[in-house]
Amino acid sequence: MNDYHYDNQTVKGFILSSIFWGVVGIVVGLLLSIQMWSPSHNFPPFFTFGRLRVVHTNGLAFGLGIGAIFGISYYILMRLSKRPLLFPKLARFHLHLFNAAIALAAVSLFAGMNQSLEYAELEWPLDIGVVILWVIFAVNVFGTIIKRKEEQMYISLWYIIATVVAVAVLYIVNNLSIPAGLFKSYHLFSGVNSANVEWWYGHNAVGFIFTTPILAMFYYFLPKSTGMPIYSHRLSIIAFWSLVFAYLWTGAHHLVYTPLPDWIQTLAIVFTIFLIAPSWGSVVNGFYTVGADWSKMRTNYLTKFFIWGITFYGLQTVQGPTQSLRVVSQLIHYTDWVPGHVHMGTMGWVTMTVAACIYYIIPKIYDTEIYSEKVANIHFWLVLIGQLMFSITMWITGIQQGALWKAVNPDGTLKYTFMEVLSKNYPYWQLRTVAGLVFTVGMLFFIYNIHMTIRKGKALAAAKA
Amino acid sequence: MANSALYKNPILFAVVTTVVVLIGTVVTMFYPMMTPEMHPKLEGLKQYTPLQLAGKDVYQQEGCVGCHTQTVRPLKTEVLRYGEYSKAGEFFYDHPFLWGSKRTGPDLARIGGKYPDAWQYKHFEDPQSFFAESNMPKYGWLKNNKLDPADVEAHMKALGFTYQPEDIALLNGKSELDALVAYMQVIGTSVKKADAGDKKKDLSVEPVNPFKGDPKAIASGKELYSQNCSACHGVKGEGGIGPSLIDDEFLYVKGDLKDDDYFELINNGTQAGNVEEGRTMKGGMPPYASLGRDKIWHLVSYIRSLQGK
Ligand code: HEC
Ligand code: HEC
Ligand code: HEM
Ligand SMILES: [Fe+2]
Repeated sequence: MNDYHYDNQTVKGFILSSIFWGVVGIVVGLLLSIQMWSPSHNFPPFFTFGRLRVVHTNGLAFGLGIGAIFGISYYILMRLSKRPLLFPKLARFHLHLFNAAIALAAVSLFAGMNQSLEYAELEWPLDIGVVILWVIFAVNVFGTIIKRKEEQMYISLWYIIATVVAVAVLYIVNNLSIPAGLFKSYHLFSGVNSANVEWWYGHNAVGFIFTTPILAMFYYFLPKSTGMPIYSHRLSIIAFWSLVFAYLWTGAHHLVYTPLPDWIQTLAIVFTIFLIAPSWGSVVNGFYTVGADWSKMRTNYLTKFFIWGITFYGLQTVQGPTQSLRVVSQLIHYTDWVPGHVHMGTMGWVTMTVAACIYYIIPKIYDTEIYSEKVANIHFWLVLIGQLMFSITMWITGIQQGALWKAVNPDGTLKYTFMEVLSKNYPYWQLRTVAGLVFTVGMLFFIYNIHMTIRKGKALAAAKA
Repeated sequence: MANSALYKNPILFAVVTTVVVLIGTVVTMFYPMMTPEMHPKLEGLKQYTPLQLAGKDVYQQEGCVGCHTQTVRPLKTEVLRYGEYSKAGEFFYDHPFLWGSKRTGPDLARIGGKYPDAWQYKHFEDPQSFFAESNMPKYGWLKNNKLDPADVEAHMKALGFTYQPEDIALLNGKSELDALVAYMQVIGTSVKKADAGDKKKDLSVEPVNPFKGDPKAIASGKELYSQNCSACHGVKGEGGIGPSLIDDEFLYVKGDLKDDDYFELINNGTQAGNVEEGRTMKGGMPPYASLGRDKIWHLVSYIRSLQGK
């Protein structure tokens, strides 16, 4: 029991760190959203839109996302291996190194050290830090699984292993670069080739950071919190292998109509369409699991988070493939539609699922109950509304932008100048800030609830002692 | 099948997963990389000079790629708006590519030579003075950051670009803003612009302005002028970055030209060295064909009204 206690503190450390970086990222997101309709809110040099945008994406993908993935994976690992982590001290060191790396990452991005590769912006010294973090994670994942006390490896462990392996390959290859100074490097690849490598990486960052580890959480915590077993094991197997197989072919759907050779684009589009199947494999599995007793949606607040989360995952994985079609891409690519799409995944699927896992884990660690289900419900509705407002306003803007950009007069000339189209975005961009605020308030309720649960847990422990 | 050894042995599982993940990787990424198809280079493409490279570094540092793309898709309206669509061979020296994925601002693939340097400086200083509704941040502060020639030289060496010692010496006293402008001016210039002369042939334009003196057209022209032209030609046509429109010179030679010459110049823009009615252009006037015929005539009506004609 004592060993678990030490590891649980590490898990908790990761969870709280991830929430902290999440807050930083979201506050930056709010400022960004304001800068888009009020450029006087740029404060050079550190707080201009161009620099902040990457602080936002990295802060949330790496700080909130990876932080939660490390912590929650460790938790899952211990339960499914029926033993504490194999290297508990290393995991604790991992936590400290993680926070140091994210802090340095944020500072370096504010300072303009930027490789200009989407989701791989960090300069090479930090890349090395990220690789070390990943190796430590891998050592504990494989070590603990090898020494497990349970014969079968449950589905969540497959997804965690796939995450460890794929991210390692992706991150290392795309970050190969020519150092040109302590804080400056150039992509080893150039031109179309650089584009192809980057989006092979970029799309799979979505696949193996925002998808597979979150599915690992989903497959573990949905049955745990509902008490109902996963509907079909066979479906899980098929969905898993076809997902990890197909993902790697699809990166070029980000490069439709660019000078990248057509055959790579077309191949990517075909595999992207195929991806609907394995993605929906997990969605169906989730729905049918709870389908055994839908009343759980009312009686168990966590079920609501998980099922809405997987629903957004399902919507994303239909919308994404649709976007890759050439007819759709030519309209919505480069527009605000894309952030609308992205945030349904990040605010809906990822953040909702992670929050639900945290609601499950924190009381378990303190051997108590959640402070308030009511507050959790308020949190749920606010982030749901905020996220839907965000996505819907951006979809509308995106379609409008795309349509006006290509509108022509009867004589074949363009109907609108760039500025005429841009000025029509302002009301939507303002609404998006409101949406962000609603989401942020929801997250504050979440943080309050976690804070109070920990306080309650500590008081209980003190009373027992 | 869930009982097979695969689901009991994490190392085996990891190996199989790696192989599965690598198949798509090899076919769509590693294999093409080994073929010349992925390393094309246009004949006219030049390596970046130290100043231009320093400007590209600033572009990366400031995250311009978060708002601007640098690739024109081969779609009709996109070519109309931005110019010739992007060719694979234009980007050989770009480590990394900077195509971007969001157009909060316009595409920049054909920005090189579109405006005079003076326009670029003034626009970076204060984009809102050109377009009141622009949300582009101000970048005038970049002029306070002086370049470090030794740094830039190290960057040139890292990329294996050739340069002369004079090019490095030239960097002394130059700022990040100077570098950024130099970079803007070279983007996309390896693709020859469609020659203004060629376009002229398809311009079967009326010799006289059909909207001549029409008050509605003048009003519309006035509005178009303040949106598109006053930043360069002055609020009342008195000149600035571009020449005066109300003096008795046209393209630096005394004597006015006819309506259809105005139309052509506004429609096609200008390129240094091209000759119009025996008058040599210095370049820097952007093309406004995208406004459409009527609006260009409205502009001509308005300019004539400024001239008192
Ligand atoms: C918040 C988004 C944003 C950022 C960041 C941004 N821009 Fe812009 N940019 C715009 C918008 C909108 C326009 C169109 C209105 C205008 O010209 O001001 C524009 C216009 C331009 C133009 C003129 C294009 C044309 O064809 O008329 C250039 C050149 C330019 N930007 C360069 C840059 C550079 C270089 C950076 C980075 C230092 C940058 N921009 C950063 C939004 C942005
Ligand atoms: C980026 C600055 C810029 C903008 C914006 C601009 N011009 Fe010009 N314009 C110039 C320059 C520079 C020249 C000189 C061209 C040359 O020497 O090749 C010029 C030349 C001209 C001339 C020939 C004038 C003469 O006396 O030589 C006319 C007419 C003209 N522009 C009209 C317009 C109109 C109408 C607009 C708006 C639709 C416009 N310009 C927008 C920069 C600009
Ligand atoms: C208050 C909440 C949030 C606000 C106000 C916000 C705002 C923004 C804004 C303004 C952009 C730039 C869009 C553009 O350039 O047009 C952006 C991009 C992005 N955000 Fe957020 N965001 C929020 C939450 C999140 C969360 C929770 C995540 C991830 C967990 C996230 C991930 C991203 C990503 C990946 C992008 C890049 C999208 C792209 O490249 O198209 N955001 N966000
Ligand atoms: Fe993608």
